[in-house]
Amino acid sequence: MSDTINLVLFSGTDDKLQVASVLTAGAAALGKRVNIFLQYWALDAFRADRIDADHGLAPEAGPAGRAAVDALRAAGQASWKETLVQAKELGEVDIQACSLSMDLLHIEQSDLDPIVDGVEGVTAFYLNADDGEIVFI
Amino acid sequence: MSAVQVARTVDAKGLSCPMPIVKTAQAIKEMPSGALLEVIATDPGSTKDFVAWAKSTGNELVEQSADGGVFRFILRKK
Repeated sequence: MSDTINLVLFSGTDDKLQVASVLTAGAAALGKRVNIFLQYWALDAFRADRIDADHGLAPEAGPAGRAAVDALRAAGQASWKETLVQAKELGEVDIQACSLSMDLLHIEQSDLDPIVDGVEGVTAFYLNADDGEIVFI
Repeated sequence: MSAVQVARTVDAKGLSCPMPIVKTAQAIKEMPSGALLEVIATDPGSTKDFVAWAKSTGNELVEQSADGGVFRFILRKK
């Protein structure tokens, strides 16, 4: 497995972002570099004024899924944002906003939570992706 | 369980994946080479995680034990 893992985050629901944060933290714990590229609804979830809000769950969760997710959080599971913060402290995690998606949402970097390191386009993302896997969430 | 002298203990009881490993990696980062770290976890998936993490990072898994749903790992920082 390569020393770099690249996650393209498109989905903005809490369940998918939770999975993304776990993949990131796991990689950081193994000393791997993680490059995250925020697209569309995932980028929207990283806005400073809504990063801690409820972003809902994917449709397949249903009421049972909602209850299961709530139970795990009530038992003390960290939010995806907290997990990402810990991952960043632990290892090399770079979070970039896709400039196309910034245009789509009509936002600027100052609208985003400070956990986002910058804005880039697809070319820079591919350059930094090196020979690591690219995962789409 | 053995009574080996550890430099530090991480209490990861009640934490689910990936936190036991994340807390372990954070703690071991701050420790000198050769020091022993003890981790206590209740997450059933953690057993395989610690074996894999030790193998991947080169920190030796010195000992592991389980007692009624509580898992104990002793790791030596490389």
